[in-house]
Amino acid sequence: MEWESVIGLEVHVSLSTKSKLFSSTASAFGAQPNTQASIFDLALPGTLPVFNAEALRMAVRFGLAIGAEIGKRSVFDRKNYFYPDLPKGYQITQLDFPTVGKGSLSVTLEDGTEKVIGVTRAHIEENAGKSLHEEFNEFSGIDLNRAGEPLLEIVSEPEITNAQEAVAYLKKLHSIVRYLDISDAIMAQGSMRCDVNVSIRPKNTTELGTRTEIKNINSFRFVEKAIYSEIRRQQEVIEDGGKIVQETRRYDSNKDITTPMRSKEVANDYRYFPEPDLLPIVIDDEYIAGIRAELPELPDAKKERFSKEYNLNNYDAGVLTATREMAEYFEEVAKGCGDPKLAANWVTGDLSALLNKNDLDISDSSIQAERLGNLLSRILDDTISGRIAKMVFETMIDDDDSVDIIIAKKGLKQVTDSGAIEKLVDEVIANNPDQVQQLKEGKDQVIAFLVGQAMKLSQGKANPGQVNQLLREKIIP
Amino acid sequence: MIEKTAAELSQALSSGELSSTELTQSYLDRISRHNQELNAFITVCEESALEQAKVADEKRASGDKSPLLGIPLAHKDIFCTKGVITSCGSHMLEKFVAPYDATVVEKFKTAGAVMLGKTNMDEFAMGSSNETSFFGPVKNPWDLKRVPGGSSGGSAVAVAADLCVMATGTDTGGSIRQPAAFCGITGLKPSYGRVSRWGMIAFASSLDQAGTLSKSAEDAALMTNVMAGIDSKDSTSIDRPAEDYTATLNDSLDGLRIGIPKQHFAEGLSAEVEQAVREALKEYEQLGASITEVDLPNNHLSVSAYYVVAPAEASANLSRYDGVRYGHRCENPIDLEDMYKRTRSEGFGDEVKRRILVGTYALSAGYYDAYYRKAQKIRRLIKNDFIKAFEQVDVIVGPTSPHTAFELGSKTDPVTMYLEDIYTIAVNLAGLPGISIPAGFANGLPIGMHIIGKDFGEGKLLNVAHQFQQQTDWHKRKPNFEPED
Repeated sequence: MEWESVIGLEVHVSLSTKSKLFSSTASAFGAQPNTQASIFDLALPGTLPVFNAEALRMAVRFGLAIGAEIGKRSVFDRKNYFYPDLPKGYQITQLDFPTVGKGSLSVTLEDGTEKVIGVTRAHIEENAGKSLHEEFNEFSGIDLNRAGEPLLEIVSEPEITNAQEAVAYLKKLHSIVRYLDISDAIMAQGSMRCDVNVSIRPKNTTELGTRTEIKNINSFRFVEKAIYSEIRRQQEVIEDGGKIVQETRRYDSNKDITTPMRSKEVANDYRYFPEPDLLPIVIDDEYIAGIRAELPELPDAKKERFSKEYNLNNYDAGVLTATREMAEYFEEVAKGCGDPKLAANWVTGDLSALLNKNDLDISDSSIQAERLGNLLSRILDDTISGRIAKMVFETMIDDDDSVDIIIAKKGLKQVTDSGAIEKLVDEVIANNPDQVQQLKEGKDQVIAFLVGQAMKLSQGKANPGQVNQLLREKIIP
Repeated sequence: MIEKTAAELSQALSSGELSSTELTQSYLDRISRHNQELNAFITVCEESALEQAKVADEKRASGDKSPLLGIPLAHKDIFCTKGVITSCGSHMLEKFVAPYDATVVEKFKTAGAVMLGKTNMDEFAMGSSNETSFFGPVKNPWDLKRVPGGSSGGSAVAVAADLCVMATGTDTGGSIRQPAAFCGITGLKPSYGRVSRWGMIAFASSLDQAGTLSKSAEDAALMTNVMAGIDSKDSTSIDRPAEDYTATLNDSLDGLRIGIPKQHFAEGLSAEVEQAVREALKEYEQLGASITEVDLPNNHLSVSAYYVVAPAEASANLSRYDGVRYGHRCENPIDLEDMYKRTRSEGFGDEVKRRILVGTYALSAGYYDAYYRKAQKIRRLIKNDFIKAFEQVDVIVGPTSPHTAFELGSKTDPVTMYLEDIYTIAVNLAGLPGISIPAGFANGLPIGMHIIGKDFGEGKLLNVAHQFQQQTDWHKRKPNFEPED
């Protein structure tokens, strides 16, 4: 039988507020355990939550960015369960009245088509602390630095049909929250996490199958692999005559399989009720308009602008706007050299290859946008050829000197002196009588060979345009 | 002098005829003589009290005229006090020392009041007789075989027996007003949100409110002046301009419209209590007030609604006592579940466990609508009853409790105990202010009269209570519990 899968994602992103969601404790990543835990974060008796309005602004920013309904009145609820890293014994979250309602985002699939995926809701909630089970010899360690950090949980509609779409959706979310500057969204650090709901059904049927939830996946690649693996498992179970059990599973990346979580790790009745220590948050149109006015240009709008303003193709515009950093880098290079097309080729080509090779983000690039812009300017003003530019680029990775100094130091400046070029051309004509003859007879493509020879002789420094012109003048009567 | 009110003592202190050190020492002596019998205090802070008294005396000498400067008070052991054990009447927190002061505690410190110690209470404020305390019951000084009421029983007895001038309390369903009634003193529960809950250990967050136990309405006004106000640390505290509650104490009651709810004078009310309250109403008529009957048709639902909402909130509020970070932890747990189970089984008493179970049940999947949601609806109906009644009257008057203090150990059925608060609970559900003042005696036991005000009508309540106390001396009567020696 042919199967199709139905996937829904629950993504948690850590909001990058300066302090926690309900206390004034700092919320920076990587501090010593329990150094960022106040009396509220420790749930000492008598302490009370005070809502951090910065988190609300961030959530509303996100909501507006995905065209969502904004809850004018959001209500916090208590979600009750016992766990040592949950100090109060309940998590403060939003159940029935989330800050962000229905919205959607559009993703570009690998074949270039666009797909709109619905977002059911996004709600604000606090993070739990961290339990450390190793290295404490029969004890568990609890780190409450993370406890009370603000999270935005973004729930998708079950409209994703395969692993690639899921990853495209995740990458789009990642891009949007970073554009909005509301989260670092670094999966490896846990500031973006993903729970995946998967079910399968016979192709072209409409009834949903029983779903399983795979919790806490922490990389795009593992999301993809976990989905493949879970779909495979569900097919095998059903084809063997079994039934899918609704349960929570985890992905074991070493074995590339999903395994059920122990039932103790999964509470089944959270006994939600409205948080009596906090009043509902009420916002008005003016508040929303104020946030809307401050929204930055978002990936989709930027992509469209890049296509038009810089005359880029859809693919390049997509790549260059995938992250805000990439887009900013590109625009600086384009402005610096004045040739967006050339800038696009270099940023998506040599620069991206360099970053990929070293597994770096563009913000960590050893070649800053300004320097790349300078390099491209030297191509455009004929100081160096494109080929020489690649050499200079390689040098720039480890050499902090300016582009011009590197060119001078290495003696790479293009030869444009007409006397020197004439000498070169004469030598090439003398050494290649056959090709010269062919060109004379009208076989025009031979010119490329002759120019190449001249470039070789000059070790790439000759201006290829000048060489071309002079060759034609001398050979073709 | 120990029997005097704060207002009187404040004058004596400022005139120099008395020092805070002398006064504080007198109370400490009295506590050491009688606390063993009355069990009103869990912790007595002798040393720090005398230090604070000394500082207060120095401030007085240098011209500081703050009314409560140097006045010795006691805090219910539900308010966190930096460096002093805050037990909440529970084995769970028997040795818990908070690293911070509750806002209420801090405000009294700033006002210069002297903290004598922490008073006994029903465990986690769950009880109406002070018998659920891990530290044993408090005895009513009017009859040592009887309960003082609860949950602020320790504070009520400390004030009634002159072990302090005044005390703080908390009231979730009647926990200030009912012990005030049983002990013959004045107990004010302000409107919800009037006083910060920061540092006050939570029982039922949407109902808990800090208030005062004192020897007069005037003292209650002095205390409320200190306690009231918005607090950025409590999101449910309300931003209203600070009032001087002493300023309106002497307003005339001529033309005051008093409502008496027929539901508060119905079956179950003892004849003596009814008679005392009706006599008191005559006093008000003398002062120019008119009396009309008002209807609170949903009053009979209040106890049931309360015993869903309060335990539900409590079941979550008490989850933090898990043995992980502070408080009691069982010995040698074999695993996490064992630690949770034994820590909580050992740390909590029966009444607390009962309410956690009830609350957990009420919030469970499939029961939420039938219990919690319905209770919240009833809450709105009750609030609406009051809103309607207050269209016709300025205050509502009735008995605080259906009867006078009962004997220790006489109420073993929890539901009978829950019905103790039948007149007071609706006030918490509606978030209104209420005060209990002494209005007579029956068989040597005090009777309390309950006055309910409009939202943030504390000023009016205190005015109405104070005017009654200008005409009567019920509040000045003292129990005679001291063995003759």
